[in-house]
Amino acid sequence: FMQRGLDSQTKKQLEEEEKKIISEEHWYLDVPDLKEKESCIIEERSFLRCEDLVYGRMSFKGFNPEIEKLMIQMKCKEEEIEEDDKMEADVSDEEMARRYETLVGTIGKKFLRKRDQRVLKGDEEDEDDEVEEGNSNTRPSKRAKKMFLKPQD
Amino acid sequence: GGAFWVDSQQKRYVPVKGDHVIGIVTAKAGDVFRLDVGGSEPASLSYLAFEGATKRNRPNVQVGDLIYGQFVVANKDMEPEMVCIDSSGKSSGMGIIGQDGFLFKVSLGLIRKLLAPKCEIIQELSQLYPFELVIGMNGRIWVKAKTVQQTLIIVNILEACEYMTAEQRKQALAKLSGN
Repeated sequence: FMQRGLDSQTKKQLEEEEKKIISEEHWYLDVPDLKEKESCIIEERSFLRCEDLVYGRMSFKGFNPEIEKLMIQMKCKEEEIEEDDKMEADVSDEEMARRYETLVGTIGKKFLRKRDQRVLKGDEEDEDDEVEEGNSNTRPSKRAKKMFLKPQD
Repeated sequence: GGAFWVDSQQKRYVPVKGDHVIGIVTAKAGDVFRLDVGGSEPASLSYLAFEGATKRNRPNVQVGDLIYGQFVVANKDMEPEMVCIDSSGKSSGMGIIGQDGFLFKVSLGLIRKLLAPKCEIIQELSQLYPFELVIGMNGRIWVKAKTVQQTLIIVNILEACEYMTAEQRKQALAKLSGN
C-alpha cells in the first residue's frame, strides 16, 4: 500500500526535477518580437505549373476516339485561357448585339402562353389596338400555319 | 510570370500533389488498393475514387492493372493518396488503362520534354502510325499501337530520344516512314 504511494511520490519528484532542468535550459530571446512579414515566396513542388505541361493522355490517328475528344477538350480549355488575353474577336460587338436582340425576342415568344402570344402579335401589328381579340379568324395571320377557325355566327 | 525553377536531371520520382502518374496495382487491402508509383512508398487508392463508383458498384480493378490517376495527398510525412477523378467528379481520362500496350520507364527530364506544349518528338511520332500514349509524371510511359512491332518501335524511339539530337531523330523517323 505504502509502496504505491512512495512510487507516485518519487515520480512526482522526478517530474519536478525534470521540469526545473528543462525550464532552466529553455532559451528565450530578450529581443522584442519581430513582426512576421508576409513572404512573397510560394513553394511549388510540381513542375506542372512551371512549364505549362500538357495533359498526359494522348491518342493519335484515331486510335482511341474518346481520348482524342478529351485532347480537343483540353486544348479548348487552354485556348480559352489564351483568348481571354486577346482583344480580337471574330464577330464584332455590334453584330453580336443585333443578333442577341432578335434572338431573345424569338425565344422568349416560344415560352409565352397562347394568350400572351396573341397579345404580342397584336402589339406588333397594331399599336393602337389595346383590346385583346378573341377570334383569330378576323385578323389575317402572318404565318401560314393553319389555326383552328372558329365558326362565324 | 515571376516563376523560378531549377531544372535537374533525375530518375527517381518524388510524389507531388496534383501530379498525374501511372501506378501498378500491387495489392487489394479491403476498400483500398496499393499502387506502386516508383516513389519511396506505395500509394493508396480508394475504390470510391473512380467516376461512377459507389459502394455497390465497385470498379473492376485487379492486381497488376495499370492506373492513371493524380495525387491528392503527397507530402513527406504521409503515405501518398491517389484518386482517379478530378475536382468536379469527372474522370477526364483517368482510371484503369486498358489491356495490352507496353509500359517502360524513362528519366523525369524526358517526361518534361515530352509534355511541353508543342513537343516535336510527339508531333513527329504522331505522323507515323496510329497509337495511344499515356505519360506519367513518375517517369513511366505506356504505349499501345496496332501491332507489337509498331509498339516496340515507338518505345525504342522514345527511350532513345533522351540521347539523340533532333537531327538524328528525324533521320531515324525518316527511315521508318520510308519503310
